[in-house]
Amino acid sequence: MKKDHRMKHFLLDNNTYIIFLALFLICCIISDKFFSYLNLRNILLQQAGPILVSVGMLMVILTGGIDLSVGSVMAVGSSMTAVLMTRMGVPWVAAIGFSLAAGIALGTLTGILVAYLKFQGFVASLAIMTIARGIAYTITNATPINLENGTLNLLTAKEYGYPIILIMIVIIVIFVVIETCTAYGRLVIACGSNIEAVKLSGIRTRRYLLSVYMISAALSTLAGVFVAARSNVGNSTIGEGQELDAIAACVIGGASLAGGKGSVTKTVIGALTLALIGNIMNLLAVPAYPQRIIKGCIIIAAVLLQVLTDKNKE
Amino acid sequence: MEKKQYRLEMKNISKQFGGIRALDHVSVEVKPGEIHALIGENGAGKSTLIKILSGAYTKDEGTIQIDGERVNIASPLDAKNLGIAVIYQEFMLAPDLSVAENIFIDRLSDKGKLINWKKLNSEAKERLESLGFGNISPQKKVGNLSVAHQQIVEICKCLTHNARILILDEPTAVLTVAEIGKLFGLIRLLKQEGVSIIFVSHHMNEIFELCDSFTVMKDGCLVGCGKVDEVSQGELVQMMIGRELTQMYPQRGAKLGEVVLKVEGLNVKGRVKNVSFEVRSGEVLGFSGLVGSGRTELMRAVFGADKKDSGKVTLLGEEVDFKEPKHAVEKGLGYLSENRKSLGLLVNQSIRINTTMSSLEKVKKGCFINHKKEKEYVKGLLSQMSTKYGSMEDDVSSLSGGNQQKISFAKWMSADCKCIVFDEPTRGVDVGAKVEIYEIINSLAKQGVAVIIISSEMTEIIGMCDRALIMAQGRITGELDKDFLNEDTIIKLAMEG
Repeated sequence: MKKDHRMKHFLLDNNTYIIFLALFLICCIISDKFFSYLNLRNILLQQAGPILVSVGMLMVILTGGIDLSVGSVMAVGSSMTAVLMTRMGVPWVAAIGFSLAAGIALGTLTGILVAYLKFQGFVASLAIMTIARGIAYTITNATPINLENGTLNLLTAKEYGYPIILIMIVIIVIFVVIETCTAYGRLVIACGSNIEAVKLSGIRTRRYLLSVYMISAALSTLAGVFVAARSNVGNSTIGEGQELDAIAACVIGGASLAGGKGSVTKTVIGALTLALIGNIMNLLAVPAYPQRIIKGCIIIAAVLLQVLTDKNKE
Repeated sequence: MEKKQYRLEMKNISKQFGGIRALDHVSVEVKPGEIHALIGENGAGKSTLIKILSGAYTKDEGTIQIDGERVNIASPLDAKNLGIAVIYQEFMLAPDLSVAENIFIDRLSDKGKLINWKKLNSEAKERLESLGFGNISPQKKVGNLSVAHQQIVEICKCLTHNARILILDEPTAVLTVAEIGKLFGLIRLLKQEGVSIIFVSHHMNEIFELCDSFTVMKDGCLVGCGKVDEVSQGELVQMMIGRELTQMYPQRGAKLGEVVLKVEGLNVKGRVKNVSFEVRSGEVLGFSGLVGSGRTELMRAVFGADKKDSGKVTLLGEEVDFKEPKHAVEKGLGYLSENRKSLGLLVNQSIRINTTMSSLEKVKKGCFINHKKEKEYVKGLLSQMSTKYGSMEDDVSSLSGGNQQKISFAKWMSADCKCIVFDEPTRGVDVGAKVEIYEIINSLAKQGVAVIIISSEMTEIIGMCDRALIMAQGRITGELDKDFLNEDTIIKLAMEG
């Protein structure tokens, strides 16, 4: 009886991982191209950006907020880096630095609107989303900017061990540690559970709210840089709809949009789950438009499972 | 059929949650027009029983009969259709809708027709008048009503469904003395109309004043039932906690020291007018008064949770002006808020996370939280306060009211405060846990902490405090030393102004 109970809880607690593994196995079975070094490496190269965006989104969602601006901020990251490198001759590493600063400035703006001016996260980030996209279009004239070989694309180079994958892994580890082992992570979650109670406990809640939007923007900018590195093109149109994928990754990973509940590792797995779905459909040559329909249905199924899990736990 | 039939018969009800038996063959019987007290410590199973009756939980075993007919309650809707209504401590009202809209929320208009506002409002008015509360305007937003009036609206709403059985879950916890009197009048009125009432309360005097019969539960089992006038208060308490309650308010014997907190001429616009007081180390100072008399607003302003307009606050001889709670906590002032669910705890987070929320510094090693140290710390602190819990990873919401309150206390115990304000420290807490909380407060005072208690329970103020200030309409209307504290004087001062 008790053992059964434990088993059930184990399965419910880890359903994100179990689904991912099951999906992975299914992919291996239905396509012989799936389980190859090349394909798996490509998935990771492709997903390094989106995964970071999802982690940033999770931080915001943990506080009970939402950040719709991530896709546009990605575009700012990609465009600004390219513009600085090509038109102003800034070395590529410095260009990334400046772009990050710009991205974080946008996140700070969202954060100030939410934390100090009491905007809802949805509204504040909606406005910043529009502004950021506008900035990306303006500085590039909405045209793609080709980059010189041997600069930004070094970030995806095999001989350096695919730096963007390494950076992604390091960042994930950092955020797992922040989430589980620091007071900061603990209090971000606390803010999402009951912000008034946290405030009355003598904690400066506004700083936590502000900081998560800055983190989200920083990771999104970096994701934009990754996309530019992979294609070696600075582009103002990337990241459209990325916010939805990021939110979906968090939710598949068991996060609650009400705040206070979610996990970094599970969100990463959530993002990878979405990636697998996209990848296997490409391998099976499912046309792009129906792909979206299938993806949407799978998101519903995943979330439904989370809801059922919560009910079962009660 | 029998003549003196029961309205409600619950027989041998059992319910299991996971490995825990929450109810073990419990039977309750209530007649029409009877007020039945359901008594027991928090965690005794009262709530589970009520939730089974209201369709929120389903029973594992047992039968329920209403007016002699066996019924099956599988959902809250079933319960409603059977005429069972529950008034919980947290009201099920929409604060942004009007009184009339809330009362008729499920039948705002006839099918397919537009709402007839005139009719709706006049019907709501009629209903309220029939309960003796014609002074509540049907057009007013529910969120703007006092808690007492919200409760009346909630009762009114339930009665529109022709409730035959009305369950009141600790209805007096949020009310003042005058409001309780009015509520009791209303309950007696319903009794005359033949409604069966189940009244859950921790207050012995209320049970003896109001109820006809009682059922006492402990640890999920029935320990006694009978008529109220055939039992003594002592017997009831003994049944309830399984031991004799020799002293409700334990002796303290703390030494008074220096003045810790001094407030002079504090004003909060429209709420607090020119209030001055001081509290010494080791002292327990009470703030009594009606709900809305400005006690909470005063303390929130001192604590920096709300803005104050003027006034000087001195903490440990240093003039302070807290702009946010963080500053107050750093200087050693703590404030336990009156509503632990909405302002005190993270109910959906674990016991561990809640306990160390304001003292993470203590369990950190360098930049990182040391989980082992944290667990030991929480375990030690909670056992000091004899908190009962399964695992410290369980959500706080899984605990009984008394134990939840101990977690709120733990948060402040670990924050090393020099002065702590306890706003309604024993609201919704059973007798046994109350005594334990009083002991915690006493031990704080003995350690030299200056304690301020805001309480609407006069016996608590009289039993616990060295000195009490009485507030009315934002002003302090009187100060009474322990020897002069009695209910009559407090009521008189609380009604002034």
